[in-house]
Amino acid sequence: MSSASEPSANAGKRVSKSEGLAYYWQVILAFAQNSLIRDMTFRTNFLLECVSSISWTMMNVGFYLIVFTHANSIGAATGWGKYEFFVFMATTWIINSLVETFFMPNAEEFSELIRTGGLDFALLKPIDTQFLISFRKMDWSSLSNFVMALILLGVSLWQLAHRDENPLQVHFSMLFFYPLYVLCGVAILYSLTITLSATSIWLGRNQTLYDFWFYITNFSRYPMEIYQRGWGMALWGTFTFVIPVLVVVNVPARLLAQPLHPRAWWEWPLAGFTIFAAIFSLMASRWVFQRALSSYRSASS
Amino acid sequence: MTALANELNARMLTWWVILRIALEERLVYRGDFALGTLMRFLPIVTQIFLWWAIFESVPAPSGEGQAKALVGYSFPDMVAYYLLTMLGRAFSSMPGLASGVARQIREGEVKKYLTQPVDLIGFLLLGRVAHKLAYYSVATLPFALVFFLCRGYFSGGMPDAYTLSIFIATLMLSFLLGFFMEVCLGLVGFWFLEVSSLLFVYMLFNFFLSGHMFPLDMLPEPWRSIVEYIPLKYLAYHPAAIFLGKIPRDQLLFELTIEVAWLIFFIFLARWMYARGLKRYSGYGG
Repeated sequence: MSSASEPSANAGKRVSKSEGLAYYWQVILAFAQNSLIRDMTFRTNFLLECVSSISWTMMNVGFYLIVFTHANSIGAATGWGKYEFFVFMATTWIINSLVETFFMPNAEEFSELIRTGGLDFALLKPIDTQFLISFRKMDWSSLSNFVMALILLGVSLWQLAHRDENPLQVHFSMLFFYPLYVLCGVAILYSLTITLSATSIWLGRNQTLYDFWFYITNFSRYPMEIYQRGWGMALWGTFTFVIPVLVVVNVPARLLAQPLHPRAWWEWPLAGFTIFAAIFSLMASRWVFQRALSSYRSASS
Repeated sequence: MTALANELNARMLTWWVILRIALEERLVYRGDFALGTLMRFLPIVTQIFLWWAIFESVPAPSGEGQAKALVGYSFPDMVAYYLLTMLGRAFSSMPGLASGVARQIREGEVKKYLTQPVDLIGFLLLGRVAHKLAYYSVATLPFALVFFLCRGYFSGGMPDAYTLSIFIATLMLSFLLGFFMEVCLGLVGFWFLEVSSLLFVYMLFNFFLSGHMFPLDMLPEPWRSIVEYIPLKYLAYHPAAIFLGKIPRDQLLFELTIEVAWLIFFIFLARWMYARGLKRYSGYGG
């Protein structure tokens, strides 16, 4: 407990678990503050970035607004009508904007740190390296999409709850489960990101892997029902059970947008599986990260 | 007479050297290039499933034995459309061109073209041609593979020779049109030093209104009529629509003429902007 007053004694050893949480929280806050200060230094640039990410999402809404003038749902009898699907889209943006705000800038920098040998400095710090690598930078402008998503979510839920036939009833348990599953989704995507960027220790550089990340998460942006046909079953199985990106958005969105009763028999096991998948991916990413670190050979001159 | 021939020879040689250097530059990372191209087709997989699902809930047509259609597109048509727009974009997209021009103006590199007997726009055009040639030499294989795998979606089969030749002509024109439109945007850099937000707006409209995101026929009126008069449609929608026979045969030549007219307009605009811009331009130091 004396560590706070004796910083020099603490410098060499890792912080123990009991005092760790508060310590780590403080470090996160410091990271957040630094990033915000950096973002606010170039305010016009920050605003432009917000506008640009919002415009892309608005364009997506525009596209689906057009689609829904020609069709009344995504897939026959799947329950993904216009506003249900907008709940789905809002959930996608909530999760993606959280990943883009907190983890993407760091993952991008990680491979750069490896290439330039800057990782040495991160290894020397008296704090968990994965934590330091994962949280150092935050891109606050990506949160603008988070706000847009909340608005879209609010509007869509209002429309669903106030429609004439079969209005949606929002159960109070959703207030707990929805954020929980959103966090599970963030955890799965985070694990994928950090695992992919950790492989750059072995590969030296992995620009193509980032494209790979984009294309894999591309699969998570649609209701899983659309894959459940023909050779799509193979995709559905792979992206649900091997690389579980399909449950990332599908489970929370389904929880909120579809009526609580009746539920298909497979939905509860799937919800349970999602929690397992989130925990397992975090552990797997931790394992890959540690393995990668042990193969790290500095690149200093 | 010999003087003219010599002059012409010298010019051809310059062009040939520029083209060769640019080609060699582009082929350095060919492995990464081919893999990247193949990966760019992955989103088409999700597009196939998405449209499959959407077509399921499209109201069935009233007539007996008619296939479900959305603004005249059957499900295979829709997939074929997306594949063809990717082909169109392979010709018309100019990554980094406008921002490159603006950067050259900002950083004073334009001086180079004022002191050397090389024309900026001509040099850039040759560089792009080389870029595209290098791109096709690597990308033809992935493209052929994907089109072969998806051959079932081209339910209409190959169009006749006349339509096909117009299709190829419009692809070539879309390359030139895309090039000169982007050059004009970059040349705005003579007046505003920072054009990145302008480019962003262009990119946004380009993605939405060129037909890259969805067939323009899906737009409700009055937007449908408005995009007909905007040259952006030639960059992705137009070639695909020709191939799929969405444009009546007797209108093909007329449409091609309009496209050529747009191209001439943008060539002159680029020339004019460059000439006017140079009058404003001032280079220091170096």
